[in-house]
Formats: sequence, C-alpha cells, structure tokens
Amino acid sequence: MINQTLDMCGYACPMPILKTKQALASMASKEVIEVICTDQGSKKDFVAFCNQLGHKLISQRDEGNKIIFNIEKN
Amino acid sequence: MSDRNEMTLIASKGTLDWAYPPFILASTGIAMGKEVTVFCTFYGLNLLLKDLSHLRISPQGNPDMPMKMPFGPKWFQAIDFGPKIPNLLWNIPGLELFATQMMRKTFKNNGMATIEELREICIEMGVKFIACEMTMGMFGFSREDFIDGIEFAGAATYLDVAHNSNQDLFI
Repeated sequence: MINQTLDMCGYACPMPILKTKQALASMASKEVIEVICTDQGSKKDFVAFCNQLGHKLISQRDEGNKIIFNIEKN
Repeated sequence: MSDRNEMTLIASKGTLDWAYPPFILASTGIAMGKEVTVFCTFYGLNLLLKDLSHLRISPQGNPDMPMKMPFGPKWFQAIDFGPKIPNLLWNIPGLELFATQMMRKTFKNNGMATIEELREICIEMGVKFIACEMTMGMFGFSREDFIDGIEFAGAATYLDVAHNSNQDLFI
C-alpha cells in the first residue's frame, strides 16, 4: 500500500533525495512513499540513502524514462 | 560504520558553477542524517550574501568548461564551443555575462535547482554555515550583507568543529 506519492520528474540531483527526505519527515513508521523521478543517478542514490538511514527500499522499477521507487519509512 | 555522523565542508569559491558542489553536498549530507557545517571563506563568502544574483561563471582561464548551447537543434547543442573559442575573446565586455546566462539556462534545462533554492533547503534542513570573519574584514563585508542565522568565526572554530567530523571536504 502506498501512503504518499512524490513526483520528481524533471528534477536533477539532489532534489529527488531532498524532497523525499522532507516528505518522509511527515510520515509515520512503516508507511510507504512512492517516488517517481527521471534522474538516472537516483537509481544508486536511493539505495545509498535508504542504506544510510535505515529505510527499506521495497521496489525499484523503470517505466520508460521514469524510475519508480517504493520506500518504507523505518 | 562510525557512530559519528558529521560532515564539514570548506567552501572557498564564489562563482556560479562552484557554488553548486557545497550546497549539493551539504543538503544531501543532511538529508542522509549527517550533521553538516559549511565554513565559507575567501570567495566562498559570496555564497552567504543576501543577494546571489551577481554570481557569475568565468570562462576566462577555464579551458575545461564545456560550452554547449542550451537551445537550437540537437546537432547544434552537441557542439562544444569551449575548445574552439580563444581565451582572449572572453575579455570582450558582456561575453562573461552571456556565458553566465547560457549556463543558467543549461542548469534550468537539466532540472537543476537554483543556488537560491538549494541554499534555502540547506537552511531549512539545518545546515550550519560559518562565515570566515577574517576574510569578511579583508573584503570589506559587514554582517548586514549576509543572510540571517549564520555564525561568524575564524579558522579555530572551524577546526574545532571539523575535529569531530568524519567527512571533511575542501571545495
């Protein structure tokens, strides 16, 4: 289940990470955020971001030029 | 992983292009749960001024800067004018401003945030900024020229903060 969706299409590094961090701040533990972005560098960045903060990267998939991440807040 | 999670940066450059790395790293660092302090010294002081609209790029003496036009057909945008333009030409008044505008447009086309936006996010998320008091005096700045909420101090303060940091970068 997705609790919140964040569309960061067209935004370059580091905005997808920054906005995700801000969105997560207003969410409860175990809630899931879906982040949609077009920044190719974010594929590795979100892995590092979740790894560093203990969030769970549930899934990551490509849809055309978009990358869609589902992240569960720790 | 170390239990300490602090990052300290020295921002020493004040051109539009070099304004990005400290703000990008500081904001990303704090987004990744670090405590971040940025010490702005010499030309890096420019990054803390209230008005950032004067930030320029300087193609003069910067031979590695790619110069691709942010408009026109694809084949045209692919041309790198950088190596083709003699350095001497950048002395012509107005060309540096033109290059700056092209760079701003390139940033915008690529979805990059403006320096103003990145700085605001840094402050919002709690990045600490220290303006180097010695260079402020040297360049004739006063505290009123700078944004609110920053600290004014010298090298010893920076080194004291950096002592506890486990990532320390000079930009």
